[in-house]
Parts: sequence; structure tokens; C-alpha cells
Amino acid sequence: MLPKPAVIKNGRLIDPLQGLDQKVDLLIEDGLVASVERANSIEASDRQVIEAEGLWVLPGLIDLHVHLRDPGQEYKEDLVSGLTAAAAGGFTAVLAMPNTSPSIDRADQVESLLSRAANAGGARLYQSAAMTRGRAGQEINEYYDLQKSGAKAVTDDGSWVADASVMRRALDYASVCGLLPLSHAEESTLAPGGMIHEGRVSTKLGLPGQPSEVEAIAVYRDLAVAALTGKPIHICHVSSAQALVLIREAKTKGVKVTCETAPHYLHLTERDLLGSEPRFEGLAGYDTNLKMKPPLRTQQDLQALRQGLLDGTIDVIATDHAPHSVLEKDSEFSEAAFGITGLETSFSLIFELIKTMALTPARLVELMSARPAKILNVPGGTLRPGSIADLTLIDPAQEYVFEASQSKSKSRNTPFDGRKLTGRVIKTIVGGHIRYQVG
Amino acid sequence: MLYEHLLWPKDLIDLDQFTTEHLTAVLDAAENFREVSEREIKKVPTLKGKLVVLFFHENSTRTRLSFEVAAKRLSADTIALSASGSSMSKGETLLDTARNIEAMNPDALVIRHSASGAPSYLGRRLKCPILNAGDGAHAHPTQALLDLMTIRRRLGRIEGLKVAIIGDIAHSRVARSNMIGLKTLGAMVTVAGPPSMMVGGLSDEYGVQVYSRPEPALDGADVVIMLRIQLERQSGRLFPGAREYARVYGLNAQRLALAKPGCLVLHPGPVNQGVEMTPEIYDCPQSVILDQVTNGVAIRMALLFLLVDNSERKGSQPLA
Repeated sequence: MLPKPAVIKNGRLIDPLQGLDQKVDLLIEDGLVASVERANSIEASDRQVIEAEGLWVLPGLIDLHVHLRDPGQEYKEDLVSGLTAAAAGGFTAVLAMPNTSPSIDRADQVESLLSRAANAGGARLYQSAAMTRGRAGQEINEYYDLQKSGAKAVTDDGSWVADASVMRRALDYASVCGLLPLSHAEESTLAPGGMIHEGRVSTKLGLPGQPSEVEAIAVYRDLAVAALTGKPIHICHVSSAQALVLIREAKTKGVKVTCETAPHYLHLTERDLLGSEPRFEGLAGYDTNLKMKPPLRTQQDLQALRQGLLDGTIDVIATDHAPHSVLEKDSEFSEAAFGITGLETSFSLIFELIKTMALTPARLVELMSARPAKILNVPGGTLRPGSIADLTLIDPAQEYVFEASQSKSKSRNTPFDGRKLTGRVIKTIVGGHIRYQVG
Repeated sequence: MLYEHLLWPKDLIDLDQFTTEHLTAVLDAAENFREVSEREIKKVPTLKGKLVVLFFHENSTRTRLSFEVAAKRLSADTIALSASGSSMSKGETLLDTARNIEAMNPDALVIRHSASGAPSYLGRRLKCPILNAGDGAHAHPTQALLDLMTIRRRLGRIEGLKVAIIGDIAHSRVARSNMIGLKTLGAMVTVAGPPSMMVGGLSDEYGVQVYSRPEPALDGADVVIMLRIQLERQSGRLFPGAREYARVYGLNAQRLALAKPGCLVLHPGPVNQGVEMTPEIYDCPQSVILDQVTNGVAIRMALLFLLVDNSERKGSQPLA
């Protein structure tokens, strides 16, 4: 808690919406940013001081795609653990997916989640609701009611709305209600049962493959419906170069499309499923923590996605944080559930791209804070005076080893366990309250 | 013996674990064990007092029988466990079942499973040696080894031979392990099948030549391996029907004439006669399908011996 006004002193503020990248003092009062002044200029007087010399001060990170498993699968995650893990990952707000058990279809469910989240600590919760009743892809939910209850988005994430007329109605309706429609683009009938990317690796491992066309066909359909209606759509977890090309072209034609990709698609490929050489013991490979939807694709896809970060085709980094317990993951590959956790590794994995490619710190802030806030139409994304005091402090020099066993999430299903990372989240401040600090 | 100077893995998962020397050593050892099966008393005390568990999560008659005969000829005790006969049908996980088996302290676990990767998954978690008796569409190393043995016995070598593999390549663990084993020993491999039964990446991953029709694959071949078509599973989805398949891909005298004279005909069995091949081909002198069965016992004796012996010499240490 920051019970009284606080000054964050001498940190490097990276805030592209203000056009700022410089050392500043930042005054926080009543949960808002009161002023941004040049470094060493705000008197401490009786205010609490947070020394941020050498640290980055960023508008709070926002994750547009997390699964908090609440209600129904609280053994994997719940609101408290999920929002705490989010804060530990530097996120001040997350958008929770509605594929819980039961799915989030009604206003009262949204209200209940939001009121519980208010006391959960950690990051802010934004809740999405199912695009169609029971996520069955047939009838759209009551979007006016849902919006009034506080829902921010609608999606059947986990499955694609295959019926084009239903998607058309959903886009039309969501738009007038001020809800963001998200699409999980997967035309799975092309490759039923596909578990990993179809190609050399699926051939070698003898696992059913899923080609990029599974994603591209669905994305193309979604873009066509968005163009027809003239309404916005947000494409979730883009994994393939093919889908990216379609989205890029649609954007140039004025289709109101935005999209996200996840850190794992920027760091891992299908080759990782083969495991490390040598093959002598024969036991490597088939890591169920590399099983997710959409699947890890090729090096060419990874490069195309990285390019998409730079040229603006990709708007947002979102984790698709998908916690599963050992019950779902410690098994033969075909039995294992899809999905990996991501909240606590996302920032550092993207931070790494500043060193390894031409990603700028300002672009990182756009991808992880400014654009998500704008797309979801929520406060934050900047620390302009008058904004909510949601901010993330980063030590760009600190190296650390991520240990899944120390995660704030209830689940451990990450391929990044034991990975050496740089750029550590030092403090996460939500509405002027410290919700996470390292150590 | 020839195997002792080589390092052996704890488990046999697929043939890409093995070098040319390993493969040759297994084949040589199998030649010695084959002789046991020809004796009056078909038994040696090599694995006396050892327990070999045959865990068949997927139906199999031939492979299970072959492993069982192999283990018994080595004087090991055997227990066969099938999915329907175990508590797997009651929702028990694979790992739990396997751990329960291991708690009975077996000296080797032979596993057949419908999920690709299941043997390596268990191999990472169990201390005893694991022999893959076929996992999903991934690997069937003992089948490939018995094919290699059958070819080498008849033609005297593997290196330089042209081997055609024809049929449902996409779903075939036999094809995958054979491609690895044959290429490691220096054969040239061609594969052919209906486009709906092929997968991408074969030439890149295995260095084989890929055809959609059987004729070019058979052209000048020394050996042809016909794969089994899963009629019950695939009819109407992967190909229009058995009749057409037999006409276009089945092995008949006319097609076999494209291969070298005396070209060997192999099939992992059981054969759908009249589909994968005509009855005349099945019974022709160059058909070595029953030799494969005989050699299969010898190969499995050799592998059981090598891996159990290896684990004893290393003290059966759990992996890190």
C-alpha cells in the first residue's frame, strides 16, 4: 500500500503516448498520476519515496488473454492466485477468458467475478464473456446486459465460432454494446485431432499435425466478416506467417482488425518438440509443456511474427496464460491438455527481444500496455498526469533464473522453467497500491 | 562378444538411438539367438529368474506373442497385461499403471501403446529398461530390426540395396523405424502410397525418395516392404476403398516384375490378402513374410538380453 502521496524518483519513464523516454520524478496522489516532472525535482517532504534510479518506469502492463480457471477449475488457478501471478509478472490488469466451468454467459456471473476480484489483490480484473451461449457457437449472449455488468469483451476462446452468420451477428451486436469481440481462429475440421504443427516434426514424432492453414482459413473468414460488417475484431494468439500476411493486408484495406501474439511463439518452434540432442537415450522430446493451441510453428513463422511486432501488424503481446495441473500435463503427449502458463515470464521474454532484434523499449510499451488499453478501451497505457496510477517498475540490468516452483500461479506448466532471463519486474503498482515487489 | 565394447541406452525407443555398429551388433546377436530356436530344447538360461512384463495398451497378437516366446526362450518369467484386462479401463493413468508394474520389480518392460511418445515418457520416469513394441505412428524398432535381419540373411547385406516401402506411410510406425534403420545401414529407400496416406517432410527428415505411385518406387528394387492397411479404421476417409487400393497400390506379379528378379517381399502382418498383395505374391518363393516372424523372436531375444544385461552392468540407475 501507498497510504499517502508517493514520489517515484529518478526512474526512466518510457511512455510512448506522451512521447517520453527520460528520467523523471513521478508524483502519485489518490490513485492517480498527479504530475510528471524532471528528475530530482519533486521534494520528498512527507511523501513516501520510491527510489527508481536505474529502473524503468512503465505504464502498467496489460495482458489481454489469460485463463484464470475461476469458477470451476480452482485447482489449476483461481482469481487470487491468477491475479497475484499477474502482478508478479508486472501486469496491472488482465482480461480473463470466459471458458470456465460453467462458461461466463450472464451478467450476474460477471458481477460476481468482478466483486470478488476487487478484494483479491494483485492485478485488476477485466472480464470477458462468452460470445455465444455456453460457447456452443449457436446463439449470441445478451451483450447489453453483459456490458452493463462490467464485461469488456466477448469470445468463445478455446473454440472458433464456425458459423459465419453467428459471427456476423456477434460483431454487429458487440460493437453497439461497446464490447470487444475476440476470435480464437481455428478451422479445425481441416485437420481433426491435430496436436502440433504439421510438418517435418509431426512426421518424425508420429503425432497428428495441424497446418498453418487451420489458422489462416479461420482468420480469413473472420476478416471477411469484419469487413462486411465494418465492425472491429481482435484476433487472438496469432501463430503463423500466413495469418499475419492476411491481417497485414486487411489492415491496409481499412478493416478494423487488431491482433495479438504470445511470447512462446516468438521464442520457440516445433523443433523444440524433438528435445535436445543427442538421441542416444531416446527419451527426449514430447514435452507436454510445448503443447498448446495454436501449436508452435516453424522458424520462418517465428521470424515473421517478430517482424510483425516491428511493423505494427501485431498490436499486442498477450500471454494466453493457461494453467494446468500435473493431472493434465504429466502424461503421454496425446492425453495432455493444451496450454502453458505465461504471466510471470512474458515481460522478460519480450525484453530479451530488445537485445536480439530491433525492438525498441517504446515499442515494447506499446505492445504490452498502450495498445492493449486502447483496444480494450480501459484506463491505463500511459502515465500522463491524471491517468490511473498503474505502473510497472523494471530493473533492466537484473539477470535471474525463472523457477516455476516459485511461481505465484497454482500451476507449473511452463517450458521456460529454469530459463535465464533479464529485465526483472521490481514493483507492480495498481491504482497507487503496491501489489507486488520483488524479494 | 561384439556388443560389449558399445555403450547401450537404458531403453529402446527408436532406431535413431543407434549407430551402424549398434545395429550390426544387434543383428549379429540375433543370429546367435536364432540358433536357439532351432535346437531340440529351445531354451537358454540367460534371463533365468528375471521378470519381463509385456504391457500391451493397444491390441496386438503377433508382437506380444513374439516377445513372449523370446522372453521364455531366455528362461525369463513373463506377465502379459492388456489395457482391457488392467485397471486402465477404470481411468487409471498410464504413469500410475506403469509405476505399479515397476513396484513389482520387473527386469524389463515391453510396451505397446497407441500414443506416440508413451515409451519415452515412461522411460524418463521408470528405472527398468523399456522396450518399445510400437507407439502410435512414431516407432516400431523391433519390427524394423527383424526386417533388417530378414533382408541381411537373404541378401547378405543392407548397404547399397534399394528398398521400397509401400502403403500407408503417414500412420505407419513400421515405415518410420524402417526408414531410419535402412538409411543408417546404407540402403536407398523409396516410399510410395496414396497422397492421403503420405505426410510432408519425409525426404528432408529421412532422406528417402517419395512417390505417389508404386511403380517408380518399385523400379529396380531389391526389397519391397508392403504396409498393412487398417481397413476397419480408414475406409472411406483416407482412401475410397480396398478394391481400388488393391488395383493401384497392391502388389501383384506384374508390379513385382518392375523390381529386380528375386526381389524380397516383406510385410509386418497380418496381411490383408487381396488388398496389399495378391495371394500368389504372399505364397511366392521370394515372399519372406514367415521368415520375418521367425527372425522377430531372435531379434527380441537379442534386445531383451542386451538391455537387461546393460542395466545390470550399470546397476539400473534412475535417470536424472
